[in-house]
Amino acid sequence: MIRVQPEIFDTGQEIKRLTADRTDIGAVVSFTGLVRDFNDGSDVTSLTLEHYPGMTERELEKIEKEANSRWDLQASLVVHRFGTMALGEPIVLVITASAHREQAFEAASFLMDWLKTKAPFWKQEENASGARDWVKERKSDIEAAKRWKG
Amino acid sequence: MRILYFAWLKTKLGITEETVACSAEIYDVDSLVAWIKTRGPQFQEAFIDMDVVRIAVNQEYVVTNVPLKNGDEVAFFPPVTGG
Repeated sequence: MIRVQPEIFDTGQEIKRLTADRTDIGAVVSFTGLVRDFNDGSDVTSLTLEHYPGMTERELEKIEKEANSRWDLQASLVVHRFGTMALGEPIVLVITASAHREQAFEAASFLMDWLKTKAPFWKQEENASGARDWVKERKSDIEAAKRWKG
Repeated sequence: MRILYFAWLKTKLGITEETVACSAEIYDVDSLVAWIKTRGPQFQEAFIDMDVVRIAVNQEYVVTNVPLKNGDEVAFFPPVTGG
């Protein structure tokens, strides 16, 4: 399942909800991305995410479908927020559930790597002086996504 | 056609979206970009380096020139930085 929302989420609650009444899940892996106070050496005071409504959901659905076709998952969830977020707040959540941990770990890694290079979100950071800067794409993210080609 | 701009393209151009009609001059992605660039220095500047502009037609990425028709939704945006 995928969700795109401005509201904050709780990773623990999301895991509980995903695994409720399930006895076929032996492994749950989650990744939560948080707003941190630095980026490329500059102080960050808040983060604003813009996205392309419609295309965002389509891309996330495609990425999730791809993960489920490559790995044997019992359940998966991707939650991505948009709007303005304070330091320490969660931005993105990926949960993968499988019978065995390896499938869940790999699928979660893949979901994050592909999401970062395909889902149409753009980050804008605000610093202490009130200046706002669009975040540039990272070469390391592009390289990480290449691992999963094929 | 509905033309959408996101992130720094939107900021630079001061436009979120606009409607453009297909014509003898505007009939595919390349001709649309060429026409957009004629509209003023800020347009010329925003579209000068197409390596940093991503294009979606009807919410699907396109990496080659594709024909356009009235009713299409064309979006221009920078490389994505979510996650």
